[in-house]
Amino acid sequence: MVFSLFNLNHPAHYISVGSISVSPGNLVMVVMAFVLFGLALALPFPGHKSDKNGKE
Amino acid sequence: MSSSSDNSKMWTVRVRKATLEKFEPEDLLPDTQPAYVSSWIYVFGVLTIAAFLMLIVSGLILTLEGPAWWHTSKYGHFINSLHLWNVELFFLFMVVHLWGKFWMAAWRGKRTMTWVTGCVAFFASIFTGFTGYLIQTNFDSQWIATQAKDGFNAVGIGAYFNALNTGQALLIHVSLLPIALGVIVVAHVILVRKKGVVPPIESSL
Repeated sequence: MVFSLFNLNHPAHYISVGSISVSPGNLVMVVMAFVLFGLALALPFPGHKSDKNGKE
Repeated sequence: MSSSSDNSKMWTVRVRKATLEKFEPEDLLPDTQPAYVSSWIYVFGVLTIAAFLMLIVSGLILTLEGPAWWHTSKYGHFINSLHLWNVELFFLFMVVHLWGKFWMAAWRGKRTMTWVTGCVAFFASIFTGFTGYLIQTNFDSQWIATQAKDGFNAVGIGAYFNALNTGQALLIHVSLLPIALGVIVVAHVILVRKKGVVPPIESSL
């Protein structure tokens, strides 16, 4: 018998704020998208070198 | 035996010449990229394509084996999960790619069609994802189908697409939309290669 990692034997849980209703899983994905976007802009790219003035 | 001047009138020669003039190999497969491409924000387009390829491969396996297999066998569960998680990654990468291109106004420099094909690919992906949810053949897909058909009827397209018709959704998901999306993505990538990667806004001021 295969057991689920999480107990799924209950009604689904939703986070509701006003007219917005989102499942925790989808909320995690939305937050991850914002975090990834921020990191992509902030983190230096490997092998990319620039001088003190920011020139290539 | 025909001479070389006769060969130039052959349609194959004319198509080859026209194609090479319009899409130069140096543009399609460049050796170098501009310095500004050295940023993580430029990586998310190719990450989206990588997730798309994984979706095609895992989707082909699911198509060959069928719902009874992906619901009951361990290997089926694994491939089904692989398909689901690649959908999550596909949309995650595509949304970050979209945000990056939006905030750098990637339609600049006669790149309008690149932007438009990207938008069309985005909307086609949403409908592909939706039909995918409809064909899970479980309680989740039944719930989504019954809710969606009310929405479709409300906006007047219920006569053309019935969300309760699992067979129609299945065929659209595994044949029509992957082909359409594949063509759009190839066109998008060719346009990116032909027009070049959009520079940052400050470099073009």
